[in-house]
Parts: sequence; C-alpha cells; structure tokens
Amino acid sequence: MSASTTDPLLSIRDLRVHFATDDGMVRAVDGVSIDVGRGETVCVVGESGCGKTVTAMTVLKLIAMPPGRIAGGQILWQGRDLVPLKSDAMRSIRAKEIAIVFQEPMTSLNPVYTVGEQIAEVVRQQEKLGRRAAMDRAIEMLRLVHIPNAQRRAHDYPHQFSGGMRQRVMIAMALSCNPKLLIADEPTTALDVTIQAQILDLLAEMKERLGMAVMLITHAMGVVAEVAQRVVVMYAGKVVEEAPVRELFANPRHPYTQGLIRSIPRIDLAATHHHRLEAIPGTVPSLLNPPVGCRFAARCRYVTDACRAAEPPLREVAPGHKMACIL
Amino acid sequence: MAGSTLASATASPATQRPRVGPWQEAWRRFRKHRLAVVSGVVLLALILAVAIGPLLWAMPIDEIDFTARLQQPSWAHPLGTDDLGQDLLARILYGGRISLAVGFAAMAVAILVGVLVGSVAGMAGGAMDAALMWLTDLFLSLPQLPLLLLIIYLFRDTLTGLVGLEVGVFILIVAVIGGFRWMQVARLVRAQFLSLREKEFVEAARALGASRTRLVMRHILPNALGPVIVAASIDVAAAIIAESTLSFLGLGFPPDVPTWGRLLFDAKDNLDFAPHWAMFPGVAIFLTVLSINYIGDGLRDALDPRRIISA
Repeated sequence: MSASTTDPLLSIRDLRVHFATDDGMVRAVDGVSIDVGRGETVCVVGESGCGKTVTAMTVLKLIAMPPGRIAGGQILWQGRDLVPLKSDAMRSIRAKEIAIVFQEPMTSLNPVYTVGEQIAEVVRQQEKLGRRAAMDRAIEMLRLVHIPNAQRRAHDYPHQFSGGMRQRVMIAMALSCNPKLLIADEPTTALDVTIQAQILDLLAEMKERLGMAVMLITHAMGVVAEVAQRVVVMYAGKVVEEAPVRELFANPRHPYTQGLIRSIPRIDLAATHHHRLEAIPGTVPSLLNPPVGCRFAARCRYVTDACRAAEPPLREVAPGHKMACIL
Repeated sequence: MAGSTLASATASPATQRPRVGPWQEAWRRFRKHRLAVVSGVVLLALILAVAIGPLLWAMPIDEIDFTARLQQPSWAHPLGTDDLGQDLLARILYGGRISLAVGFAAMAVAILVGVLVGSVAGMAGGAMDAALMWLTDLFLSLPQLPLLLLIIYLFRDTLTGLVGLEVGVFILIVAVIGGFRWMQVARLVRAQFLSLREKEFVEAARALGASRTRLVMRHILPNALGPVIVAASIDVAAAIIAESTLSFLGLGFPPDVPTWGRLLFDAKDNLDFAPHWAMFPGVAIFLTVLSINYIGDGLRDALDPRRIISA
C-alpha cells in the first residue's frame, strides 16, 4: 500500500478538464490528483456528476475533444506524461497498458461479431498476433473469467449472453493484453445485486492472478468497502477526501464522506433500532458557476461563514489521510 | 432426447442450440416473407435466363428476314418477330443482359458513392459534414432527366471515342444513373453513422485501442449495412427503369443493341398491329422490377436495424 507514495504506476496531477457548452465553460474536473500504485486497488467514489467518469476517460483520452479540453495538469503513466501524446501513441497504450471496462455490458459488445472474434480483434491489433493465436487467447481469456464452455461460447454472439456474462466478456476483453492498470467505470451498476457480487469477486480474483492495479469508479460505498485498498472521494470536480479504506470508514473526516457512509443501508442497525436511512440533502452544484468557497457548503450540516469565504485546501490530517475541510 | 440420461445431463445447452449470428437470423426472417422468396426465385430465373439463355436459344439477334416481319408468337419465334423479322426472344434475352448489368452496376456506383459520402460526413462532422450534405441536397434538387439527357448528349462521343461505342455507352449510362441515385444512400448512411458512432460498443472498441479506420470498417459500417442493402435492392429496380427510360428516349445504347427499353422504343410505332412486340419487353421489365422490390421488402423486414442492434 505504501507503493503509491514511492513509485506510482499512474499519477494524475492537478488535472483540469473543461467542456465548452452553449451556456459556458463547465469545469468537470477541477484540479484532481490521484495516485494509483502497482497492484493497488483505488476506489473513486462520489455521486453522479462529480467528475469521476470524466477523470477516468481523460486518463485514456477518451473524452470528446472538442468540446472537451484538458485545461491543465499531468497524467503520468510510469513517469511519462500522457497529456501531450498524439492519438497514435495513445492507441498503443490502450488495452496493452491501461484497459477500461464500462458500465453498460448490454450494449458494449458489437452485435454483429461473436464474442471470441471481438476479443481476438483486440489481441490481434494490440499484440500483432495471428488469427489462430488470437482466437486461442480469446478462448483462454473467456475461460479465465469463468465463462462455462469457453471453447464453444467463444463462437456465440453477444445477444446469447446474459448481462453478467457479457460483463465477464468485457472484462476478458479488457484483460486480454495484460494491462498493468484496469479502470472499471461502475462495472456493476447495471447488474443485479447477486451478479454485482460475482463481478466484484471476479475483479478481485483477476487482480490477484494478473497482478494489475485497479481503479474502480463507483457511487456505491458498499462496493468500496468490499474491494478498495485506498479510497478517493470526489465532489463537484474535486477530491475532498482520500484515505486507506479502513481509515476512511473508521474515521471519515469530511462531512460529505460522512454523509455517504451514513447513507449505506445497515441491516444490523435496521433490525434493532428505529433507524432511518439518511440522505444528503440537495444536489451537486452546477459546475458552470461553481460556488465560491467550499463546494459542499450548501449541503453541509456543519457549514460556517468561513466555509463560504474560501475554498479549503486538501490537507493531510493523518498519515495517508487527506481531506479538504476546515473542520 | 427424452430417453437419453447421462449424455444429456453432461452436455451443455450450447451443444443443442443452433448457433445463430445476426446474418443467419436475418436469413431466417427473410425466408418467412413468402413473396420475397418467390421474387427471389423469379429474379434468379431471369438472371439465369439472360445469362445462359442466349447460349441455348442460338437465334441471331440481328439477322434481318423480311419474310418473317411482325409475326405473332409461333414455335419458330416463341415471342414473335419485329419489323425487321428479328427474333424477339433472342433480342429480349440478350437485351436483358444489358438491362440487368446496367441495373446492378449503377446500383453499385450509387451505393459506393453514397456509402463513401455518407460515412465521411457522419464520421467527420462539422464543416465537412455540412459541405457534403449541402452537396447531397444540391444533387437531390437537380432536375434529373434533362440533366441525364444533356450529360449523355455531351459526353457520348468523347467516351465512345476512347473505349469504343458499346463499352463507352455502358460506362456513361452506369455513371450517370449511379451518379444521380447515391443521395438517398448517403443520407441513410450518415444517419446510421451519427447514431452508431455514439454506441457503447464503438466507445468500448476505441477504449481498447481500435483506430478510426478500424472503428469505421469493423464496428460501424457492418451495423449500418442493413438499410443500405434494402436501399441497394430498390436502386437496382430504379436503375433498370432509368436505363429503359433513356433507351426509350433514344439516348441509351445504339439502335442495334437491343436493351429492354430500346425494344419498347422500337415497338411503340407498331403497337396497333404487333402488340406482342412491346408487351414482352414490358413484361420483362415489370417482372424484374416487381421481384426486386419484393426482395427489397423482404430484406427490409429481415434486416430491420432495430432488431439487429438491440439483439
């Protein structure tokens, strides 16, 4: 876990991503820094619209440019900045070095090819393998992600797979070129709860076997508790808290993090007490004209005048635990 | 299967289920469209007839025999003769070759240009898209027939001088018919591209390192093909009609080349006393166009893009 400080695999530094819209400039990601160490699992949490997906997409430069623009910062991949890279150079990093799995397994596979062909295509293109060798790899990958009858199923089309199986296929495809980092963007959101657990187990197992790092983006604190080593909490385009997972759940410092943790359903409490599930009132502020001062101020129960006056910087409150709140 | 015990218990369900890809599925749906299947057979028969018919019915198409002028159908001349005593069956079989060849070649030109323009516009977006769609609208708003006549009038001699009369006219006719029929295809392809390029599977392929060309060729184009195939089938019919129109106006192939339209043109002055002369080429055009249109209908049902994409 200390690897992150000594030799980060991926180091996002003060990243700023802006989108030009008809109404003005949206600062979707506003000075975000995240480190992912070798073999580490980092969870990025936050509610919808807080910039976590944009951050992830920007790492692989998958955001549409224009209207999007990397307005500042660095994305250091093993020490090399990805921001100035041309699209050709970027392409050779995708799948081979950094792979990504999306939220929507139902539509993330091309309906006109068999799943085997689709995995093989990625392998052939990224590793310049022959047709046969690529297909063999595809079958091997399907087997690795526990698709029963992989040999045969490789020749089936996506519509013949269930949602959970398709997500397994997506994971197999993402891992087919042995990436060092897997970015999983809400990989379980579209799946039902039992399948969610299976996919999370699969991710953990793959990480164990292949020794890659995982950057998991989610809005579910339950998922975080299950898989993360380190957690980055994002709010309105900024990092508000960052800590090892135990520390974060035991000692959440930022009011937003506290709110997120309180909004996890607790079966033990519900049974014994009259426990109402808490919600954080309000919504994420518009990133078109973000408020001066702390962006969480409007929703914070501890808000003071000082909060609205100046933006609290991210500061270290305990070893490895940073947060951006004046309290 | 009910009687088997161990074998069926260990065999996976995948072993029994037939493997259905999107194209097999489309073929299955096409077969359900009975009229389309019948039309397919008719069209195939027509194509076979014009392809090998002239070999079997070895009557010369241009042998003039005034003793056999304007004969009604008989055993010697199953479809009768024209005013020069030429055998109509032979002329229709030979003419069919040209009419069908023009139809398919012009369709190919239209589809090629249409797919190219549509995919560039749909993929590039911005100013390129605007310019190409402006061009498409321009072509759509041109009065086609007068322009066709003008172009053929202007270029026939130059082109025939270069590659010979028949080939020259063939190229010219295919080019002008195809050149005026790509616009619908371009719009169709552009619309498909605009929606397909935002699909998650395209994004996923890009995220895993697919280049732009590969995205277009492997992921977007195959998914956009369904409606294009439907449009193509209808284009064949339209091109055959267009060729007939040109020939009927005397601007197609030279008079001694008997295309179906040319036969109609020659027959029109004799409709009163030799109706068979006009009727048989007319029936040939009618049957071809009708069966192609029904095939198009069947393909439309079979290749409904919504069913393929959501599958």
